Amino acid sequence: MIYFDNNATTRVDEKVLEAMLPYLKEDYANPSSMYDFAKKPAAAIKEARGKIKDFLGANNEKEIFFTSCGSESANMAIKGTLSCNKEKKHIITTKVEHPCVLNLYKALEKDGYETDYISVNSEGELDIEELKSKIRKDTALVSVMYANNENGVINPVKEIADIVKTISPETIFFVDAVQASGKIPINVKDTQIDMLGISGHKFHAPKGVGALYVRPSVRLTPLINGGHQERGLRAGTENVPYIVGIGKAAELAMDSLDYEMKEVKRLRDKLEEGILKNVFNARLNSSVSNRVPNTSNIGFEYVEGELILLHLSDIGVCASSGSACTSGSLEPSHVLRAMGIPFTALHGSIRFSLSRFSTEKEVDYVIEKLPDIMDKITAISPYQEELMKLKQRRG
Amino acid sequence: MWEYSDKVLDHYRNPRNVGKIDDADIVGEAGSLACGDSLKLYIKLDGNIIKDAKFQTFGCGSAVASSSILTEMIIGKTLEEVKKITNKDIADALGGLPQEKMHCSVMGQEALEDALKKYYKEEDEWEELELTGSSDNHDKVICTCFNVTEGQILEAVKINGLKTVEEVTNYTKAGGACGRCKGAIKNILDEYWKNETPVELTPTQKILKISKVIDQQISPQLQKDGGDIELIDVEGNTVKVKLTGMCSGCKNASMTIKNFVESVLKDKVDSRLEVEQV
Ligand SMILES: Cc1ncc(COP(=O)(O)O)c(C=O)c1O
Ligand code: FES
Ligand SMILES: [Zn+2]
Repeated sequence: MIYFDNNATTRVDEKVLEAMLPYLKEDYANPSSMYDFAKKPAAAIKEARGKIKDFLGANNEKEIFFTSCGSESANMAIKGTLSCNKEKKHIITTKVEHPCVLNLYKALEKDGYETDYISVNSEGELDIEELKSKIRKDTALVSVMYANNENGVINPVKEIADIVKTISPETIFFVDAVQASGKIPINVKDTQIDMLGISGHKFHAPKGVGALYVRPSVRLTPLINGGHQERGLRAGTENVPYIVGIGKAAELAMDSLDYEMKEVKRLRDKLEEGILKNVFNARLNSSVSNRVPNTSNIGFEYVEGELILLHLSDIGVCASSGSACTSGSLEPSHVLRAMGIPFTALHGSIRFSLSRFSTEKEVDYVIEKLPDIMDKITAISPYQEELMKLKQRRG
Repeated sequence: MWEYSDKVLDHYRNPRNVGKIDDADIVGEAGSLACGDSLKLYIKLDGNIIKDAKFQTFGCGSAVASSSILTEMIIGKTLEEVKKITNKDIADALGGLPQEKMHCSVMGQEALEDALKKYYKEEDEWEELELTGSSDNHDKVICTCFNVTEGQILEAVKINGLKTVEEVTNYTKAGGACGRCKGAIKNILDEYWKNETPVELTPTQKILKISKVIDQQISPQLQKDGGDIELIDVEGNTVKVKLTGMCSGCKNASMTIKNFVESVLKDKVDSRLEVEQV
């Protein structure tokens, strides 16, 4: 099997699993307990917190809170700050956020919040001028993703933080860094980012653990009330093995960042170039260099994405699509629509996302096999004339 | 991942009768590129009998499978025979389709219908399918996002016994994008099923029924989370309630609860009910 869907989730690194196992077996104590038996899990959490602190470039372990996932991190940050800041009723985000932010904003609208959704251009780059024009003194929160899950485009979050704070120093700035972590260096130090969320399963920790960085000056109301865990901001007995897992995964990710940015990028570029060269109806949906190194989103014109995925799956290749048909929704991806991808390619857009476990052989295999699949699918298409013209145009 | 039947898998992997018939007698079309799926059905006649059929489809696995099996279903049949084929027959022939994919079978039926319509119009023998409870304007576009007409919705409702807007969306796509047309779809459904809905409850009966549902189904749920609900009044279709306990203070929770209460009441008592907090 060839797994090119690492933006959906990643495989757990063996070393991560190894680090976790003792806490699923013999070291099962509740870290809050008083006896010596609890010391090891307590120390393990502290160590993991330290690793996440380093991973995100935070100043202090106290700025790191463990959560259950990226969605929880976003909800904890956004709901937490808004309920501490009730007089301000204006919030801003982008049109291309993950549903964990977008749907939360929709829910907040029903609660009386005024929202602005900032546009992107055809390459998926955020309209910074529009953002500037929307920030007001009574803007409670700006939420911008670090990297987009579908097209991989990186937002200049450090600069955006400066812009937000220059216009309105009191406005809180949250960054959903779920798709950036493990792919590019993250460093909140020397930035004005207030909060930043990540999710373990996107960088080879298991599913079900995330983290949130919170600048000490930011006040939050907890999403989950209860015990004193996570300094009272996120109650519930700590998920020790998974916290150890995300810590270990962060450590490994820091070690392999260089590899990600050079080797994974080389493979991604090779895949991209190979497909564009071999498949006549392929077009790159975003070609900016400022993308995370593992992601490529390619539109195949006049064919439908689910059908491509089914045929890919039949030869053991996992990828994903922004097509409506795969998700059960009837509309194609909100990200691709926000980019204004032409509708000839909108329904046939496929995301390939690699990881440090991807190999050159796998890339070569996909480049080799995709033209056959596309021949099969285009042969069924009612748009033969259009396809023929495309073929001639692309040579 | 969808759970596709073996038949669906077989037909998207090895679609039958793919292509174009250059000297086709009739060509039926349905769907569009912008909407995400489209189908062209070519038919070659021998007198009254479909001698050959071919298709070209832009769409997902189940769209290809629906088109492919449709060609198998119609080859060798008379026009009178294929006139009776519905989307349900197509889905059944495929061993069923996931609910969300029923629109693919509808596309097959529509292309076939389009072909027959063109043929009989030429012969001047086309009769509209009889649709009870509908207004006179079948060509009126109800869903502009997917270009779905009232006639198409009614037909899907009739053939498949659809009762909810969500089902109509699964079968026709109408309502699946901006959602603006959902009210109109609801009206069509209400109108169609009008004769079937039980006689209107008297105000007292309604209050009693609402109160029973709240006591037996809603309140126990809320109590699990340390909250509760009190029925204050029912005015027309507006149910006024008060949230107490844990959920009372917090705005976010109360929105969720309102939505929950409303959906249960809509489901169990009357789909026109709306919940208001006092
Ligand atoms: C950008 C982004 N944010 C948030 C999430 C949600 O993360 P989780 O699945 O851990 O809740 C995802 C996952 O797909 C994501 O891609
Ligand atoms: S008009 Fe029907 S979904 Fe938009
Ligand atoms: Zn489909």
